[in-house]
Amino acid sequence: MTKNEANGIWVFAEQRNGVLDKTPLELIAKALELKETIGEEVTAVLMGQDVAGLADSLIAYGADKVIVAEHANLKVYSARPYQKVAVELVNKYKPSIFIFPATAQGRDLAPRVMCTLGTGLTADAVDLGFDDEGAFVQTTPAFGGSLLAHIAIPELRPQMVTVRAHVFDAREPDFSRKGEVIVETVEVDADPDYEVLSVEPIVKNGVAIHEAEVLVAGGRGIKNEEDLAQLRELASLIGGELACSRPLVDDGWLDHSLQIGQSGTTVKPKFILNIGISGSVQYMVGMQKAQTIATINTYDRAELFDITQYGVVADYAKIVPAIIDEIKARK
Amino acid sequence: MKILVFVKQVPDTTDVKLDPKTGNLNREGVVSMMNPLDANGIEAALQLKEKYGATVDVVSMGPPQAMDVLKKALAMGCDEAFLLSDRVFGGADTLATGYTLAKAAEKIGDYDLLIFGRHASDGETAQTGPVTAAFLGVPQISLAKSLDVQDGWAVCTRDTEDATETVRAKLPALVTVCAEINTPRYASGKGIIQAMKKPRTTWNHEDLGADPAKCGIPGSPSETKRLFEPKHEKVDTVIFKGEPEEIAKQFVDMLEAQHLL
Ligand SMILES: Cc1cc2nc3c(=O)[nH]c(=O)nc-3n(C[C@H](O)[C@H](O)[C@H](O)COP(=O)(O)OP(=O)(O)OC[C@H]3O[C@@H](n4cnc5c(N)ncnc54)[C@H](O)[C@@H]3O)c2cc1C
Repeated sequence: MTKNEANGIWVFAEQRNGVLDKTPLELIAKALELKETIGEEVTAVLMGQDVAGLADSLIAYGADKVIVAEHANLKVYSARPYQKVAVELVNKYKPSIFIFPATAQGRDLAPRVMCTLGTGLTADAVDLGFDDEGAFVQTTPAFGGSLLAHIAIPELRPQMVTVRAHVFDAREPDFSRKGEVIVETVEVDADPDYEVLSVEPIVKNGVAIHEAEVLVAGGRGIKNEEDLAQLRELASLIGGELACSRPLVDDGWLDHSLQIGQSGTTVKPKFILNIGISGSVQYMVGMQKAQTIATINTYDRAELFDITQYGVVADYAKIVPAIIDEIKARK
Repeated sequence: MKILVFVKQVPDTTDVKLDPKTGNLNREGVVSMMNPLDANGIEAALQLKEKYGATVDVVSMGPPQAMDVLKKALAMGCDEAFLLSDRVFGGADTLATGYTLAKAAEKIGDYDLLIFGRHASDGETAQTGPVTAAFLGVPQISLAKSLDVQDGWAVCTRDTEDATETVRAKLPALVTVCAEINTPRYASGKGIIQAMKKPRTTWNHEDLGADPAKCGIPGSPSETKRLFEPKHEKVDTVIFKGEPEEIAKQFVDMLEAQHLL
């Protein structure tokens, strides 16, 4: 599809078991920003079975239109039936931009859609915008995250991109907002060669780190596993959760769900205290949008101090117990 | 069973810098290696070979030096190596790469299972596997944490955001593997010696019957406009100083001011 015939910003509104994923709501917020520059409508594309009821939410979060494609063979996600329907919708409506969440489903589906459409797909963007020449560019980490790249899809449409979770803020929903819901009748066969045999929900304990407003994060500077108990105690005293940089996950001390960063989770807490973390590019990309950043590190030139408001240059093993005592003394 | 494993040569560094004058990548002193997750892919294939019997072919697209990673794959235990090397392939995005790899899979033929690492450590798109599957028209299982073959189906577990799924795809199928799936073996001395006798083939676009308009830069809809080092605005840092108790007092004052107590 060429430039001239394409118009509209699409967001793939992923749902699982009839529940909307939160990332598409964040993507709608970003799509509305893009709309301010190019003036094209924001459409959410909802696929599944008995999911039309979710359209109101998508409109409340800012979508101008929702295209709903329902079919029994779309009830459970499977790459090829979803690919077929998504491609048909694109060919019918010709959007210029198609944004997917960089989730397990989005990452599985988007490349196949891109391949059939013969267009470009940028992976795992951390930002979207327009460059000085007015071209739509996607910002992605490159070379292990030590560099960022601006990727563009200059000639072909739609310009496709997957975007990471939690990098944009969803708008406050407004359920009085009006929008258009387009119900598409689709014909699609089940994939005879792909089957979901069982689904075992992952049980999560505590608050997920991307939802926590306060975080205490430990890194390689933490000398032994027992010291993590201090960090946990401090976290609970200030109403927060424990998180970490990658080495503590690699060492098997903490679960990957607690890892902040490029290959972990993006967080935007009100307050984060980093202890024994140097501030690699890959770590900082995951937490630099925190409102207030505090850091305890023995090395006064650790990169993390560049973005730190409140710093302590000292051994955490002396400072953390003193802080805990002081808090307890005041309570 | 015939298994094709796809591997990529990547720079062995996490700290690539830009030349401040030219703005280009500074490749000086950067050595190459096999993309780590592709070693997991090879290990998964070799385990299936040991369990059920299989031939394991390994395929890479890259410059002539990429033969090094194929030699390593042969030393680990793969049977035959194919290098797709041609100036025409250079500068490919994931669409053009998937096209070229699919052409190679078709030329090798009779495959049952295609295995990719989840993503490459340099581009990290995690797209090349699914794109290749789409070109070949085969089902895919991405993000596999385990892999077995039962009654002509690939059976895998994989994690979504909130669940662990067990799924199966009928062969021929394509699977992309995560690091959790296994621990790749090292090449043994014997393996390295045996590898020298194993067949290695290099193909260009004509050998593959690939349309040059669909390869490399001409076949790539996306383009990297700019590479840059991430910058963050330096903020003014208040450093708390003194004995631990004094620091703790100032720190807790700050926590109170932030309404955290
Ligand atoms: C593709 C890729 C993806 C990655 N993704 C991530 C990711 O998602 N998240 C992530 O965190 N990393 C990631 N990394 C790894 C990253 O490059 C760094 O290696 C990692 O972030 C370093 O963690 P750290 O700061 O805890 O450790 P280090 O860099 O080793 O820093 C430890 C710090 O502790 C300080 N210290 C030591 N002793 C004490 C003490 N007693 N008291 C106080 N301070 C002390 C030291 O001064 C030092 O600054 C990734 C790398 C790659 C290549």
